[in-house]
Amino acid sequence: MLNPEILERIAAMRREWEERELRDFTARQPESRAECMTASGIPTKRVYTPEDIAGTPFDEIGLPGRYPFTRGPYPTMYRGRLWTMRQIAGFGTGEDTNLRFKYLIEQGQTGLSVDFDMPTLMGLDSDDPRSLGEVGREGVAIDTIDDMEALFDGVDLESISVSMTINPSAWILCAMYIAVAERRGCDPAKLSGTVQTDILKEYIAQKEWIFPIRPSMRLVRDLLVYCAERLPRYNPINISGYHINEAGATSVQELAFTMANAIAIVEDVTRAGVPVDDFAPRLAFYFVAQSDFFEEVAKFRAARRIYAKLMKERFGATRSESMRLRFHCQTAAATLTRAQPLNNIVRTALQALSAVLGGAQSLHTNGMDEAYTIPSEQAMKVALRTQQIIADETRIPNVVDPLGGSYYVEALTNQIETAVFDILKKIDDLGGAIRAIETGYLQRAIAESAYDYEARKQSGEEVVVGVNKYVDPPERAGIEIHRADPEAEARQLNRLRTVRVARDNARVDRLLEQLAVEAVDSSKNLMPTTIELVKARASLGEIVRSLKAVFGQYVETPVF
Amino acid sequence: MKDRIRVLIAKVGLDGHDRGAKVVARTLRDAGMEVIYTGLHRTPEEVVSAAVQEDVDVVGISCLSGAHMTLMPRVIQLLKEAKADDVFVVAGGVFPDEDIPAMKSMGVAEVVLQDTPPAMVVEVIRNLVSSRQPR
Repeated sequence: MLNPEILERIAAMRREWEERELRDFTARQPESRAECMTASGIPTKRVYTPEDIAGTPFDEIGLPGRYPFTRGPYPTMYRGRLWTMRQIAGFGTGEDTNLRFKYLIEQGQTGLSVDFDMPTLMGLDSDDPRSLGEVGREGVAIDTIDDMEALFDGVDLESISVSMTINPSAWILCAMYIAVAERRGCDPAKLSGTVQTDILKEYIAQKEWIFPIRPSMRLVRDLLVYCAERLPRYNPINISGYHINEAGATSVQELAFTMANAIAIVEDVTRAGVPVDDFAPRLAFYFVAQSDFFEEVAKFRAARRIYAKLMKERFGATRSESMRLRFHCQTAAATLTRAQPLNNIVRTALQALSAVLGGAQSLHTNGMDEAYTIPSEQAMKVALRTQQIIADETRIPNVVDPLGGSYYVEALTNQIETAVFDILKKIDDLGGAIRAIETGYLQRAIAESAYDYEARKQSGEEVVVGVNKYVDPPERAGIEIHRADPEAEARQLNRLRTVRVARDNARVDRLLEQLAVEAVDSSKNLMPTTIELVKARASLGEIVRSLKAVFGQYVETPVF
Repeated sequence: MKDRIRVLIAKVGLDGHDRGAKVVARTLRDAGMEVIYTGLHRTPEEVVSAAVQEDVDVVGISCLSGAHMTLMPRVIQLLKEAKADDVFVVAGGVFPDEDIPAMKSMGVAEVVLQDTPPAMVVEVIRNLVSSRQPR
C-alpha cells in the first residue's frame, strides 16, 4: 500500500493530466467509444495508475509459490519446467488414436490427453442401439480393457502424464487405466495424469450424464478417496470451467461457478470424514483461455487467489499444497470460425499467450479446422507449434508472472475476485451449487449469457473478424479436413464381440452383482470392485447398467 | 394454415452441445413462433414422435456429435413413415463442407451453420413455411 502523501501526488498529477492533455486531445479527436468493458462486462478505464490498486496490500499480490499464489503455484514457474503441451486426441479405435499419440509425441508434445467418443462419455457400449453412428466419431471408442491396452500400446505410462476427458463414467476409465498400468508392472506412485471426473459441470454445461446428481457425487468421492490413498501423483479430478464458458457463461461466471462446484466437492468429501489436507493437494482445475486477453490473464491470477482463500478460510486447510491452484487450459473452441479458417491460428495463438501469461500448468491449443470437424494431423501440428513458438522464441517463460504489478491487470484481478465472491455468496444463499443446479439457476444464467452474446454479435457490437466484419464471399474451407474412417465402427464392434466370447462370463456376472450390492451401501468404495471388473474384461456399458438399476438415471428439465 | 409457425427444436445424438439449440429456440420464440424444445440426447424415434404429436411445421435438428450422416436420414425416413414428410427438416451443427449437399440430397430442407445471425435463422424458417402450399 502506498503512503498517502505519494498517493495524493499521483492523484494530483492525474487530475492535472485530465484537465490538460486529455481534455485538449479529446476535444480535437473524440474517443471511438464512450464506455469500454471487458467481455464479462466489467467497466474499464482508459488508463490505470497506482490509485487503482492503492488499497491492495502487496501480500495480496505476493510472490510465486506462496500464499495466496496470485503469481503462480510454484516459485520458479516456467524457468523450472515449462507447461505441459498436451494436445487432446481421440477418434476411431484405440489403435487409431494410439497412432495420433505417437505422432504428437514425435512432434515434441510432452503429455497425452484422451478424448472419448460420445457413447463412452455416456456409459454406453459401442453395440448399444443409441451408439449408432457415434462410435469413434468425436473421440476414441473404449468398451473394455482390451481397448485401453491398444490405446496406450508402446506408451510408457510412468514417464508421460495422461489426461482423460471423462466424467459420468470416469471411475470406470480410471479403473481401466490403473489396471493396464498394473498389468505392465508400473509403480502406482509414479503414475501421473488427470481424469476429469467433474460431474457437476456436466449438469450445467457439458451435459454428458448418466445417474442423478447425488449418486454421481458419491462416485466422484469414491474415486477421489481411492486415488488420494494410492496414487500420490495422480489428479483424480479436474474441476472445470472450460465447458461452462463454452456453453455461454462469461469468464467471471465461469470462475464463480467452477469455484461453487469446487466448494460442493470439497464439502462432500470432507463430510465423508476425509480431512481436507488429505485430498486437496490432488485437486486440479481446467479453464478456458477466451479472447479478452487481459481479462483472461486476470482471471487466472484471481482464480489462484480465490481458491487459496477458500481453502484456507472456508475449509481450514493447513498445507500449502492444499491452497495452491494448478490448472490445465484450453483455448476457446467456440471462438473458432468456419469462415477464413486460417484466422483461427491467430486467435488460438493469442488465447494461448494469455494462458501462459496467466501461469497455466498445461495447455491445449485448438486446431484451425475445428469449426468443421475434429482436427486433422496438420491442424494439430500447427497448434502444437504455436505453443512451442511461445515457449522457445518469445522469452516469455523467463520471468514469472510478467504482468504482475500492471496497474490494469492488478485492478482487474481485484475486480474479478470481488465479482466472484459476490456470485459465490449468492449461490451459498441458494443452498450451494447442487441446489443451484437442481433449481436450474446455473443453467439459466449460462443460457442467458449465451443469448446476450449472440445478440451483441448480431448487432455488430461484438466483432468477429471474417464473420460480421471483413467478410469474404462464401468459399470452401481450403484446408485439409479430418475424415472419419467408415470401417472403425465395425472394427470396434468386432473386438467387443470377441471379448464377450473369450472372457469368464460367470465371473463377470458375479462381480456385477457384487458391485450392485456395494452400491446400495454408500460407505463402500466402489473402486476396488470396479477394478476387478475391468480386469475380468467387463465392458463399460455392463458396469453402468448394473448401477443404473440401483441409482436410476438423470432426467433434465430443459430451460431456454 | 395455422396462425403461428410451430417449430420443434431437437437435439439428436449423444452430444451435450445445446448452446446453439437453446439460442435458436429462444430466438424463434421471440420472433413469435411456437417453439418446443426436446432437450438433449434424443433418438430419431423420439424426435419424430414429438414432431407428429406437436403437429409442427419445422423440425430444427441440432447435432454436433459427428453422427449427422446416420441420424438425419433416419429422422427423414421416420417422418415419411409417419406420413409427416411435409414437415421441413432444418439441420444445425458442425459439419464438414461435403456433408452439406449430401444432407440436402437426403431431404434436409436447409442447413444452418454456426455464426448464422439469429435473424437469419428466423428468415430461413419463415421462407420455408411460406413456400409450402396451405395444408
